[in-house]
Amino acid sequence: MSAVPVSAMQQGLQNCHACGLLSYPEAGAEEGRCPRCSEELVFRKRASIQRTWAFVIAAAICYIPANILPVLNTTTATGTDSDTILQGVILLWSPTGWPLSLIVLFASIMIPSAKIIALAYLLISVQRGSIKNNGQRLRLFRIVEFIGRWSMVDVFVDTFTAALIQLQPLMSVSPGPGLFFFAMVVVLTMLGVECFDPRLIWDAASEQGVQYG
Amino acid sequence: MADERTSVPQSRAVPRRQTRISLVWVIPIVALAVGVWVGISRLRSEGPEITITFESAEGLEAGKTKINYKGVDVGTISTIRLTEDHQRVIAKAQMAPRTEAFLVADTKFWVVRPRISGANITGLGTLISGSYIGMEIGTSSEDKRDFVALETPPVITGGVPGRFFVLKTSSLGSLDTGTPVFFRHLQVGQIASYTLDKDGRLFTIRIFVQTPYDQYVNPNTRFWQASGFDVQLSASGLKVQTESILSILIGGVAFETPAESDALPPSDPDAVFTLYNNRGEAYEPPPRYPQTYELVFKDSVRGLVPGAEVDFRGIRVGEVTDVRAQVDFRTAQFTVPVTIQLDPQRLGVQVFGQAPPALLEAQRRVLIDSLVAHGVRAQLRSGNLLTGAVLVAFDFFPNAKPVKVDWSQKPVELPTVPGTLQTAEAKLEDILNKVDKLPFTEIGEELKTSLNQLNLTLMSAQGTLKTADNFISPDSPQSQELGTTLMEVSRAARSLRVLADFLEQHPEALVRGKQGEPKK
Repeated sequence: MSAVPVSAMQQGLQNCHACGLLSYPEAGAEEGRCPRCSEELVFRKRASIQRTWAFVIAAAICYIPANILPVLNTTTATGTDSDTILQGVILLWSPTGWPLSLIVLFASIMIPSAKIIALAYLLISVQRGSIKNNGQRLRLFRIVEFIGRWSMVDVFVDTFTAALIQLQPLMSVSPGPGLFFFAMVVVLTMLGVECFDPRLIWDAASEQGVQYG
Repeated sequence: MADERTSVPQSRAVPRRQTRISLVWVIPIVALAVGVWVGISRLRSEGPEITITFESAEGLEAGKTKINYKGVDVGTISTIRLTEDHQRVIAKAQMAPRTEAFLVADTKFWVVRPRISGANITGLGTLISGSYIGMEIGTSSEDKRDFVALETPPVITGGVPGRFFVLKTSSLGSLDTGTPVFFRHLQVGQIASYTLDKDGRLFTIRIFVQTPYDQYVNPNTRFWQASGFDVQLSASGLKVQTESILSILIGGVAFETPAESDALPPSDPDAVFTLYNNRGEAYEPPPRYPQTYELVFKDSVRGLVPGAEVDFRGIRVGEVTDVRAQVDFRTAQFTVPVTIQLDPQRLGVQVFGQAPPALLEAQRRVLIDSLVAHGVRAQLRSGNLLTGAVLVAFDFFPNAKPVKVDWSQKPVELPTVPGTLQTAEAKLEDILNKVDKLPFTEIGEELKTSLNQLNLTLMSAQGTLKTADNFISPDSPQSQELGTTLMEVSRAARSLRVLADFLEQHPEALVRGKQGEPKK
């Protein structure tokens, strides 16, 4: 494999995301529709970097109130308690309950922040035309894409708890404003991942004729 | 075509550069806007921060303990830390927005814990919910942010109309904060607080009397302790007095205004009154000018205690203040000097206003001198046979030896006479002693021998009687002989009569002798 791999775009070919058919656009046109499944065809996702940046920044903004504001309001006979995510982690931390505490810590605090940081890293490296660690960056992207949806677990747990524990007047649980921002972080990072075109990672390498293998 | 493409180098297809700003940037802007808005609204929802100093943080929890005013949460304790000297606890509290107006100089804070004091069980809710901080909003207009919490919650929290009064008493009895105040057996107020005066002699009790009952408190009002049962066992017998079932359990303060002083204007707030021990004492105020005298008794003072009554022909005029023993080594005489206090007013000395002591002194000298000259003497009397209580009684003893009161002594000694009981006892003892001296054994012995002799005498008497009986029975020879003799006597008597008749008719026969039949 000594040949310099050529990307489809360099050959003027477009790959259909839906059915996988390789085709080239009509002359002069950059976009078209798949002759087999009529899926929209583009060389690269439109304004991928810009959109991803927008979502990442929005997610980063939402991440702050998500961690400051309470996610769960517990009303018992002893009064109302409001707990943020971090307080929940501390609350769950006990000699027997520490695994649960760790799960919440990972799923709710570390993963969202890691996603934001990872996306930002990918965007910066693409914009700078980096050609290093292409494979690792791609793996990172795959992980981010895969893991993103699991962060919603926290939102689901909270909403389930709020729906189930309604033993008024003894006890009731209601979601706090932090939960909304937390859900926004998860959704925005997933949208950002969706907007990011991983092919951009190796475009720079292809342009510079870096050999693989 | 494909071959053509591969063989002919083609210009690179460059994706169209997106120069215009994508609409997607609206999302971070919206997110930022929402975030900023939430942040601002959250900042605005935070009121002022205050510090409250507590003696102890028991029951307080940072981030949990609420500040509660009339059941509304107006703040939360955010941090708790010790003072520099580790003696007290400083709690920072985050107040709700728009509470600045509450935080004035005389606003009070205290910890509400479950508290059972007398009639009041308060803070039961805190058993479940944990302690919270109670608050009473002050009336001052001066802002304040650093407060010192009250040790005990105030009994009367704002808004209840009424007035505070101050009571002075030497003993707290069963009184406590929250103890009810009664007016004609109706609960009209509570004890708000009490403090021991600096000199440690009197308690200053603040009571709160609700409107409209506070108008019945005037300068002549009497306050007394209605503490549970008031059982008095004195020389005048057993007296039980209570105010209500509640006061039996927890005590209380009762007040009453004598009817004749209804016209007086109501007292000012914080007017000072004396708290008497019972109703009787409240209506019988202690003497204003007590005078001390000494009585020296030679008899036993068993049953005489400080506080015992001193009466003058049944009217209470003072009390015993001290009883002690004294031995005169020269004469080896044992005496008991008893110190008493007399109320001159009760002896009829009129004290008008602030009578000059000199005048009072002159008056009492005249009075006491004249009383003593008329035979008034002090005597110990048994007041109550059941309890053995003894009282000092002044009474007229016209036969008493005349004495003169020595006014140079201090305290002045008044003359005494032995007590009635003692004199009676002495007499009885005398009799008993005499009885004791009688030789009962010898008398008994003699009586026994006498009785034996009597027995013998009686027996011989019986024999004699029997002989006599035999002698006089109808068929005894003596009796027959007696009959014959008597007949003889009868005959003799007849012949004697005949002789007498004859002699009557013929007295000459005595000289001439019987002449036979007269010759006719």
